[in-house]
Amino acid sequence: MTGMASPGSADAGLHPAPPPSAEPPAPSPRLEPRLGGGRLDTAWQRCREALPLISPANKGKLRLLVVGSGLAGASAAATLAEQGYRVQLVTYHDSPRRAHSVAAQGGINAAKNYAADGDSIERLFRDTLKGGDFRAREAGCHRLAEISGAIIDQCVAQGVPFAREYGGTLANRSFGGSLVSRTFYARGQTGQQLLYGAYQALMRQVAAKRVELFCRRELVELICVDGVARGAVCRHGLSGALETFTAHAVLLATGGYSNVYYLSTNALQSNASAIWRAYRQGACFANPCFTQIHPTCIPTGDRWQSKLTLMSESLRNDGRIWLPLQAGDPRPAAAIPEPERDYFLERQYPSYGNMVPRDLASRRARELCLAGRGVGPGGGSVYLDLADAIKRDGKAAIEARYGNLLEMYERISGDDPTAAPMRIYPAPHYTMGGLWVDYHLMSTIPGLFVLGEANFSEHGANRLGASALMQGLADGYFIAPATVTAWLASQPQAEIPADHPACRAAVAASEARIAALRPGPGHRAGGSTATAVHRQLGLLMIEACGISRSAAGLERGLAAVAALRQLFRAEVRIPDHGPGPDAELEKALRLEDFLGLADLMLRDALAREESCGAHFREEFQTPEGEARRDDAKFAHIAAWEYRGEGAAPQRHVEALQFTALAPSQRNYR
Amino acid sequence: MTTPYEPTTISLSLRVWRQIGQPQTNGHPGGPSQDGARQLGAAQSGGFETHQLDNLSTNLSLLEALDLLNDRLITAGQRPISFEHDCREGICGSCGFLVNGQAHGPRAATTVCQLYLRHFRDGDTLELEPWRAKAFPLLADLMVDRGGFDRIIAAGGYCSVNTGNAPEANAILIGKEQATSSFDAATCIGCGACVASCRHASASLFVAAKLAHLGQLPQGQPERARRARAMVDQMDAEGFGACSNHLECEAACPKEIAADWISWMRRELGRS
Repeated sequence: MTGMASPGSADAGLHPAPPPSAEPPAPSPRLEPRLGGGRLDTAWQRCREALPLISPANKGKLRLLVVGSGLAGASAAATLAEQGYRVQLVTYHDSPRRAHSVAAQGGINAAKNYAADGDSIERLFRDTLKGGDFRAREAGCHRLAEISGAIIDQCVAQGVPFAREYGGTLANRSFGGSLVSRTFYARGQTGQQLLYGAYQALMRQVAAKRVELFCRRELVELICVDGVARGAVCRHGLSGALETFTAHAVLLATGGYSNVYYLSTNALQSNASAIWRAYRQGACFANPCFTQIHPTCIPTGDRWQSKLTLMSESLRNDGRIWLPLQAGDPRPAAAIPEPERDYFLERQYPSYGNMVPRDLASRRARELCLAGRGVGPGGGSVYLDLADAIKRDGKAAIEARYGNLLEMYERISGDDPTAAPMRIYPAPHYTMGGLWVDYHLMSTIPGLFVLGEANFSEHGANRLGASALMQGLADGYFIAPATVTAWLASQPQAEIPADHPACRAAVAASEARIAALRPGPGHRAGGSTATAVHRQLGLLMIEACGISRSAAGLERGLAAVAALRQLFRAEVRIPDHGPGPDAELEKALRLEDFLGLADLMLRDALAREESCGAHFREEFQTPEGEARRDDAKFAHIAAWEYRGEGAAPQRHVEALQFTALAPSQRNYR
Repeated sequence: MTTPYEPTTISLSLRVWRQIGQPQTNGHPGGPSQDGARQLGAAQSGGFETHQLDNLSTNLSLLEALDLLNDRLITAGQRPISFEHDCREGICGSCGFLVNGQAHGPRAATTVCQLYLRHFRDGDTLELEPWRAKAFPLLADLMVDRGGFDRIIAAGGYCSVNTGNAPEANAILIGKEQATSSFDAATCIGCGACVASCRHASASLFVAAKLAHLGQLPQGQPERARRARAMVDQMDAEGFGACSNHLECEAACPKEIAADWISWMRRELGRS
């Protein structure tokens, strides 16, 4: 059995939707999750205790390549070096401290039950599974909840300055509608402080000469020898030189792919290239259509706007979301009297009001903006109004509660959020999809481990607030260091020389890719820039595969992406200006990979004929407009296998079993 | 107040430093991120290049105006202006250059990616120059090599605790004020504005901030004296200058880290 294949494997059509079937698809042997089975609460311990070990003397002979220096990459590199491995870490930043984990605001969950409000590992596990709308592995979610406490211990020992109570204990808050207070935080800069903890641990190993740091290197090609990941070709960001890194195992910790939408809350250079190159070498890509859109972002204005900035959704605790009843109402917000305002979330969800989950808030805002009811430039935003809270609690109290957020809004928009309502709109924020990994975090390429947001694990179809940092650090500090050792213990440990034929082939392929992006025959001069094509890609992806998806829209999206790929190949050429940074070439290489990934996301969204979590298919909703999950047919992970340029990728499935918790349908009405 | 529906537009003249290669070399071969600088080869002479930009929406950030200018250069087949940037929300610390001689421009508590055109007047000329410091070799246009900061952290900016050795988190009690004070120092983003604004190109504020972050916490005590000495020695070895109490660093710091920590650092050195 090969799982549920897309029709027409050779003739890549634009219509890859699988035929409707009454039967759930058969699981694919390509995806062996290596779950130990048995009791969930002891599964990770039993797994760990059965893993083979390597003697300290031998670890020093083994070299590991870590790609990416965010929470997952820095924590893994530091921990593996502490264990005695020789680690090389590459990052495209000028310093590991710049990785985009630094921008995470809210906090990190842990089942410490410090608030004594009934929290437990079991509860965090159930919340994670439910939050992911039953599209994640039970065993993985349970392990994450088990490890969560040790992460906090580790970070505190490193000196991460978490918020504290007056008595000196750690402070917790409730986050994202959670019923318990399990979120640890450092003002609105939790990601920054956790990253600096991992970065400092990393630099300690650099000083100890157990980690070699290679900044300003970006992965262009993965090196596989006999189907096993053994290194990477990286391009130097200043000289442009292609460098070969070989290792006994490769760890990708390169983050998510929200920038496929061009405008997102991600840093501008965040990209999918490392995971996409791995996909093209045989790593299956799981659930690419599971992307999270965050409802409270500062909306777009000018064509040259380069990013969307997130404001913590804690604003929804006090802010009321509304739109003028009358479409195109030209009056400023303050001049619109109460009866002519539509507090649409409060109206549609009387019991949850403005606190409905992210995807519902996003979807309702989008529907109204599409219906012409939106405000601001191009009708592309909704109001988030603090006026009532200010009336109730006083301006000083609100400013104290949200000080840095209000300041950030005023800085970007130029408007005072205490004088007039803020304008907000949803923005792509996090990608639950990513490279498929087994319970050991190994991809379908042996020896290639994938950590953090770059893998697909644990968040299912939607991620809980404050769980991204937890997963990145669980992977890096605790899981990969155990499982990478087990992999190395099972493998022949010969060195791969840098002039190995596989390395030379990867360098040649990289050179050819870059050469194809330089001006030459067949190039229409004066055409589009990489940025212009990326902007178009973003517009079409947010329309076809954003908050709301439909078969017709996804089909149109596939055709549009194919056309855009043609345009890219015909027009985007980057002149070689000699030594020195070549930001345009970097953009073009990343965009080429985003274009491929966009096609896969659309195929995945089309094939998943149900609504679950952040994936909302308009055809699959209840009469009340709620997501309708189809557990009979889609209680599985979909992982796509590359089959060559021009060939349709193959869709494999890994069936999900739920033993601890019966899948339930949520209802917020 | 302008309404967001009809953004006002302004014209700006940008005088931008253009140069590839570094005019001086740093004496630390083999450190992180130095090798790339060496591969760029001999220094080339640089100079200012002036570009006139009209009809700019005041809702753009200065970096977005540079994007727009670069788009124009790229379309004309010219080399775009190199500048560092990434998160564009003031937290990654990648961006930074002088705007009319001021690190990160005229606004307080602002990185250059958070500097919006509405803070300038129609017809203004903005002179954009890279950080100037011996310890920050010039790489290209507005980019410098800040690898020295990483080497200072590597010299001792951490608590030596291996993964898996941590005690239960609440076994370490830390008062709220103490934790807040440590956090305030820990918010340094490593952008280099303190160095760029200092007449002696001193990294004192950067070093003091890390020492104050860790030195105020119980976890940082075992290595406290050694850390202070090692980080300050590394700062000196990198070629950063000495502090002479002008406090320009505090004024330029986008995270408003207090220069008081520099005096605190002096006392730390007394302990070591």
